[in-house]
Amino acid sequence: MKRTVFAYPYVVWMLIFILAPMLMIGYYAFTSEGAFTMENVVGALTNEMYMQVLLRSVWIALKATVICLLLGYPIAYLLSNMKKSTASLLSVLFIVPMWMNFLLRTYAWQVLLSPSGLLNGLLEVLGLPTQQFLYTESAIMLGTVYNFLPFMILPIYTVLSKMDRSLIEASHDLGANSVTTFLKVIFPLSIPGVISGITMVFIPAITTFAISRLLGGGKFMLYGDLIENQFITLGMDAWGSGSALSFILLVLVLISMAIMRKAERDAGEEGGGKLW
Amino acid sequence: MVKKLRNFFKGTYLGLMLVFLYAPIIVLMVFSFNDSKTMGNWTGFSFRWYEALFRDSTIMSALGVTFSVAIISAVVSTVIGTFAAIGLNSMRKRPRAIIENISQLPVVNPDLVTGISFMMLFAALGIRDGYTRMLVAHITFNIPYVILSVMPKLRQSSNMLYEAAMDLGCTPWQALTRVVIPDIMPGIVSGFIMAFTLSLDDFVVSWFATDGIQNLSIYIYSSARRGISPKINALSTLLFVAVVTLLLFINLKSIREEKEADIQRKKLKTKTR
Amino acid sequence: MKKKIALLVVLVMALSFCFSGCGNSDKVVINVLNWGDYIDEELLDQFTEETGIEVNYQTMATNEEMLVKLEASDCIYDVCFPSDYIIEKLIAKDLLHEINKDNIPNIANIDERFLDLSFDPGNKYSVPYMWGTVGILYNTTMVNEPVVSWDILWDEKYDQQIFMYDSIRDSIGVALMKEGYSINTRDEAHIAAAEAALIEQKPLVLAYLGDSIKESMINGDAALAIVYSGDAMWCVDPEEGNPDLDYAVPETGSNLWFDNVIIPKSSQHTEEAEAFINFLCDAEVAKANTEYIGYSTPNKAAMALLDESYTENPIYNPPQEILDKCEIFHDLGDFINVYNDAWNNIKGQ
Repeated sequence: MKRTVFAYPYVVWMLIFILAPMLMIGYYAFTSEGAFTMENVVGALTNEMYMQVLLRSVWIALKATVICLLLGYPIAYLLSNMKKSTASLLSVLFIVPMWMNFLLRTYAWQVLLSPSGLLNGLLEVLGLPTQQFLYTESAIMLGTVYNFLPFMILPIYTVLSKMDRSLIEASHDLGANSVTTFLKVIFPLSIPGVISGITMVFIPAITTFAISRLLGGGKFMLYGDLIENQFITLGMDAWGSGSALSFILLVLVLISMAIMRKAERDAGEEGGGKLW
Repeated sequence: MVKKLRNFFKGTYLGLMLVFLYAPIIVLMVFSFNDSKTMGNWTGFSFRWYEALFRDSTIMSALGVTFSVAIISAVVSTVIGTFAAIGLNSMRKRPRAIIENISQLPVVNPDLVTGISFMMLFAALGIRDGYTRMLVAHITFNIPYVILSVMPKLRQSSNMLYEAAMDLGCTPWQALTRVVIPDIMPGIVSGFIMAFTLSLDDFVVSWFATDGIQNLSIYIYSSARRGISPKINALSTLLFVAVVTLLLFINLKSIREEKEADIQRKKLKTKTR
Repeated sequence: MKKKIALLVVLVMALSFCFSGCGNSDKVVINVLNWGDYIDEELLDQFTEETGIEVNYQTMATNEEMLVKLEASDCIYDVCFPSDYIIEKLIAKDLLHEINKDNIPNIANIDERFLDLSFDPGNKYSVPYMWGTVGILYNTTMVNEPVVSWDILWDEKYDQQIFMYDSIRDSIGVALMKEGYSINTRDEAHIAAAEAALIEQKPLVLAYLGDSIKESMINGDAALAIVYSGDAMWCVDPEEGNPDLDYAVPETGSNLWFDNVIIPKSSQHTEEAEAFINFLCDAEVAKANTEYIGYSTPNKAAMALLDESYTENPIYNPPQEILDKCEIFHDLGDFINVYNDAWNNIKGQ
């Protein structure tokens, strides 16, 4: 029996519950009163403000992803070097905060960051001037990093924890120092995990909408807010425009994933390949 | 000495990150004991929200829906997703790339679009039961995350493993359950945890995909209009304490087992010598 | 270990089956879709006791989200509480059930002032549930002048001290009223003026918020905010809210809004739904409800039962001369696109 068979149940599920609803969205994006039209997509692409919002969202998501990677990789690395039982406890501890409701967590951040909040209270006690933390772009960044960090840590940790230790020892035996070993052996081998992590952080981060509204004070419109606006405020009659916006995003993401996959292949040839 | 210092820095870093992740959780736990209704405005210590919580049947039934959907959808999506990943991993490049790209759609699409598209699909298919709708929606958006978690592990493990097991006389099922799956277990576990987390936390997709049933997120979101009740803080505190206790319990057990195994191993070593 | 997991799965499945299946009995169940925290839930039990009709109660957060549900081809809801302009839209789309008033004798309790309004002439499709105004909530420790005009929201003295409402109709509406135009205008020049005013105001605005405005104001985070009168009721409450806060409707008038009860056309239980509406119009029930919610009741029989802290309170019961200057939202049809573009321009800056 071929192993591909194992994917069949999923393929069926996918066709019904992923592809079919997306085709419906596609239908809305490319039709107007039943007839084919490019109007919605072209309209969205030529709207300067929409594109500005898209750029801003991608930029914020990109920054948040880089921060998540910089913060998360060391965590995953440290965890993977620990005793297995301690590491598995800690790795779960890093995701447990996400089991508390998202909206509640974000409200708690508001309490921490607000002008009359705890952080400013602390500054006052220390005799420092109070700051406006809430309703700034940094607050959006903080919220995004906070909510997505565990999704970066977990896949990297999974890959690192099962890495063949003898490779690292071999590298040391061959005279490589820790930095070289990390750059030439450990990091290349962890790339599949890094890519999973980036996918799970960057892409949802582009379209997150409640964070910018609650922590950014609605002053920095992001792509998710824009799409929501088109779908909800304008109602069913304007679903074409909202669908077109999400379609544009879709194409963008698929392109960047293709690039990433190519990078992964190249990295795989360089890192894993050379070792043998 | 250097090693000690290094360990100290490692510990501090992990500690700081945990503080960052837990700061808001602590805030909302503290305010569950607040006498006032508004978060951020401390007026005195009180257990009144805990008492009120257990009398609130709406919250209790939302809690039931949330957890049963989270557990079932995480289990189902982990099973489907793991098998899918194993199948995909041995597919040829082209079909594999196509399927993988389609799998990404729920990740790529804003939750809102996913939710609305489900709404249209369920109407078209005539699925009317709210619970079924929510379950199907959650399973669907969970699967890609499971695949994303399992895939890296599969790439790490050798492709030969499955064939070797078969050559040694395993049935395909045995090769899968005894050889391949144990090898990728960490990926499966992290996929399950992620699926569970996403399902617990989802609001947007659930809201649009279902009718006549509500989970905690929907309840919390819609009650935000008059300020989220501290009852929810109380509930979160209880859940949090329960989860952490359970985790510690499970892990302390495995830590102890590991230690015992260590001692055994040492004994064995001395014996052989 | 595996057995344990299997056991757990079976258990959960069984449990969830109960959740979804055990509720099925012969009793009629009506599905009610309401705003969060917008009914005294003890009244639902009372209704079931009195009539034997079960209520499956659901909540949501915005008018627009509710509209999506009501427009769905397989809408399951029997009773819903949308606002004025949404009702007008639903009527235009022929999505509402024409109410049989014989089943709602308690409609006689409703104040005539709130019947036969422009969005539903003759109340063929809706019965008033709650009403109120839009106004300015301000912190008297930070604002030392009388709040009489929308212009105060453009005063540079209050730099970073202003909360605007994160909602197209409400915020653009305020700018339109400041400029002296109708909040239902279909003149693009008026919208352009409102857009310019809001862009000019943006640097002064601390945040565009939704529900969290109230808690932030209670915590003293800003001096001025736009809120609904019903929400202002608990913000100024000395126990629940902050006694430093006060609420004013500008002298030039404001938006007067209504949340009415409706029955979707797709409802299979219209008689039971009408019994529910009749129950809500009962004087004692309406009194308990308005005391719980804090929003103003249109029920004059209930008003007669309420004590002075409500009836004499200008937030709860504003004088008629203020109401006379207020305007009700209307559905804008396709023209909402112009509002939406303006709003996107303001927020996207």
